[in-house]
Amino acid sequence: MKIWLIMVCGGLFTYATRLSFIVLLGKMEIPVWLQRSLRFVPPAVLSAIIFPELLLHTGRLDISFYNGRLVAGLLAILVAWRTRNTLLTILVGMVTLLVLQGIFKF
Amino acid sequence: MQTKEFWAGVKAELPLLIGVFPFGLIYGVLAMGAGLSTTQAQVMSSIVFAGSSQFIATQLIGAGAPATILIMTIAIVNLRHALYSASLAPYMKKLSPVWKGILAYLLTDEAYAVSITHYERGVDFQFKHWFFLGAGLGLWTTWQVSTAVGIFLGAVVPPGWSLDFTLALTFIALVVPRLEDSPSLAAALSAGVTAVAAFNLPYKLGILVSAFVGIVVGLGLETRKTISGQKGAPARK
Repeated sequence: MKIWLIMVCGGLFTYATRLSFIVLLGKMEIPVWLQRSLRFVPPAVLSAIIFPELLLHTGRLDISFYNGRLVAGLLAILVAWRTRNTLLTILVGMVTLLVLQGIFKF
Repeated sequence: MQTKEFWAGVKAELPLLIGVFPFGLIYGVLAMGAGLSTTQAQVMSSIVFAGSSQFIATQLIGAGAPATILIMTIAIVNLRHALYSASLAPYMKKLSPVWKGILAYLLTDEAYAVSITHYERGVDFQFKHWFFLGAGLGLWTTWQVSTAVGIFLGAVVPPGWSLDFTLALTFIALVVPRLEDSPSLAAALSAGVTAVAAFNLPYKLGILVSAFVGIVVGLGLETRKTISGQKGAPARK
């Protein structure tokens, strides 16, 4: 039940955003501060997901070589930066994690 | 003319679809891992129909976040569509409300990217909404099919394969190439560090708080750069 509620409300908000200026054009413009802020939404939100995934292990900070997700993630960041290739980034990160998991059995 | 524009839209969207398919696949797998039912996972792809927000939603649902936080997070992650809406609006002024309604539903990052290029290139706008429709439906179909395949995979892949890690990896692939200037880099770093520090906040509020911190830091730095650029001559970007 809760999940359906989330989907419908989240979907409505999203649809309203998409429809907004297509309907409102001429009656309202995007405020400058909002327009400038929107550029920072993707890097901020996505990093807010990435950092805890890499740095926290069962809720605790783990900065060591034995944190497989951190090592694999850093390698993926390097690949993404150098190649800009999405699939290669995911592949390198995933393979690294699985190999490390196989070695250290965590 | 209509069909010609429609298929031109589908064709222009094709290269992007190759990249979209794996995302839909990963979403399906993550949704299964988070405990959504097959129906819920599939329907979310048509109701919300926005990749990153669906990814984050699965993570928050898996972590047991309350509905309000989830809805707010989805709304904020999808706010960028307002920019696309504003940018396409002038070309859609003369369309009927039904057309506007349908095209707004199909307005995604990828459909926007090819449609705006097509609109800006031409002078004759009479049938260009058919191009948008083709691009949008091409993406919609791909998203639904790849979700379905992902749901199937998610049900058969053992948890030991750590497929949930694809979420972080996908986001790394999306965000790293975008960090081209110091304000966006600062926004990313500050949001990330905040997210680690705020991880234990109740109701999974961490993402919203971190996003806010990141946006404010990015804006602040950009403003400072602009001001110091105006003072010192010659102004550099």
